[in-house]
Amino acid sequence: MSATTSEAAQPTQPAIELRGVSKSFATPNGGRYQALRELSLTVAAGEFCAVVGPTGCGKSTTLTLVAGLERPTEGAALVHGSPVLGIGRDIGFVFQNDAVFPWKSVLDNVLAGPRFRSRPPDIAREQARDWLRRVGLTGFEDRYPHQLSGGMRKRVALAQSLINEPRILLMDEPFSALDVQTRAIMSDELLTLWGLTKPAVVFVTHDLEEAIALADKVVVLTAGPATVKDVFTVHLPRPRTVQEVRFEPDFVQLYQRIWHSLRDEVNIAYSRTTSVSAP
Amino acid sequence: MSHQRYRTVVWLARLLVFIVVIGGWELCARLGIVNPFFYGQPSQVIGQIQTWIQNGTAQGSLWAQIAVTMQETILGWVIGVVLGVVFGVALGRSRFLSDVLGPYIKIMNSIPRIVLGSIFIVAFGLGLSSKVLLAVVLVFFAVFFNAFQGTREVDRNLMANARILGASRWRVTREVVLPSAFTWIIASLHVSFGFALIGAIVGEFLGAQQGLGLLIRTAQGTFNANGVLAAMVIVAIVALIAEGLITAIEQRILRWRPPALSGPSL
Repeated sequence: MSATTSEAAQPTQPAIELRGVSKSFATPNGGRYQALRELSLTVAAGEFCAVVGPTGCGKSTTLTLVAGLERPTEGAALVHGSPVLGIGRDIGFVFQNDAVFPWKSVLDNVLAGPRFRSRPPDIAREQARDWLRRVGLTGFEDRYPHQLSGGMRKRVALAQSLINEPRILLMDEPFSALDVQTRAIMSDELLTLWGLTKPAVVFVTHDLEEAIALADKVVVLTAGPATVKDVFTVHLPRPRTVQEVRFEPDFVQLYQRIWHSLRDEVNIAYSRTTSVSAP
Repeated sequence: MSHQRYRTVVWLARLLVFIVVIGGWELCARLGIVNPFFYGQPSQVIGQIQTWIQNGTAQGSLWAQIAVTMQETILGWVIGVVLGVVFGVALGRSRFLSDVLGPYIKIMNSIPRIVLGSIFIVAFGLGLSSKVLLAVVLVFFAVFFNAFQGTREVDRNLMANARILGASRWRVTREVVLPSAFTWIIASLHVSFGFALIGAIVGEFLGAQQGLGLLIRTAQGTFNANGVLAAMVIVAIVALIAEGLITAIEQRILRWRPPALSGPSL
């Protein structure tokens, strides 16, 4: 069966799999800081997975392991079934802070991926214009990032990542620096863009409402060192409108259930920060 | 106060400072309060420059002297900047290189490099190369430390982003590290041009057949204070013009930066 049904076996293979990963870092004063503890997580191809957890619990570290920026101390990180040994070609990463290149124009920023991957310049240029149109930035090709609003810079960052058509998109609190209205608009646009190429998404956030509105699956992490506490499936129908979906009864109910799970961890994390700062 | 009016007042105040300092000097020299034989006299300095322009100097025409010094300065500056940037970025990017070469660079930086000029004159003669070398040595360290620091301070997120987008190590260096270190490097370009000029002039001072440094030395040898000051004025004018050119280039290269917040600037 295994020899003949490799096609059929494909859908069962997860896009991302973290198998009991632990990660610790050396601290400047010689100790070790453990960020992750035996964390296991799978994300199917085309699935939108949101990861929520208290501040500083190690949410971002899970992303760096999947991206290949860091290696797990224990356990294994797998992408499409093979272990992550370096930075994968199939991955897009949207950072919390602006990571667009300030010395490149909007067009050159979006062009960067294809150029780094040695695509012919004219084809890359055409692709870049295409993506700029999709994120609504036609006419801004020659601007520099400092001339754009925070929301527009995020669109550039999205186009910059998505132009490589990654099968995995990692997002580290991408909208946390935006104001509430821009954030809602960007969330809707993200869902539309996600629908175009359907990558598997890991979306790290501390905003539970955002997580439920966007995702197929919400993973709750414990206070650091982080491990998976609960996984909730979101059955809300798509396409969704982020500003409206939160009034649905199912949404409210799910929010209460997840918050119940998350609340204890938030309290633990909070009590730690307050007890540390008052010696 | 309107902007236009403010600028007028500033210019008038500048003029006043000039008149008080230079006029005061001239007056003191004429009244015999300071001895013009030792300290010079502004009107005589101008006279000296006029003589040089009209009749040439003892070593040939004034323009030839300026040309020789500028050639040494610019050559030394360009070579020093290129070496400084290459080494600074390379050591900033490679921990191994910086661990191995770091102590040597610190040692070389702590010796008084201007003294090397004597060695260069002995080894390479009175011609162009000894001055260029001295300028290179002075320029290199100023640029090196800035390029090194700039490379170390590149935003980690930007580098991670470039790598995930598919950039090779070399592309990261070229398209992320260099542009972001450029703000640091450019700051050193202004200072280092001055160093190049010092290197060229001191080199000529130590031993040469042409150049503004030799002009100063000849004037010194004949107890001509006005001649020394006149050569200084010429060097200052040349340096100011070069400074203006560097600023123009800088603004072109760094046009991606947001315009600077207003505040006092020099």
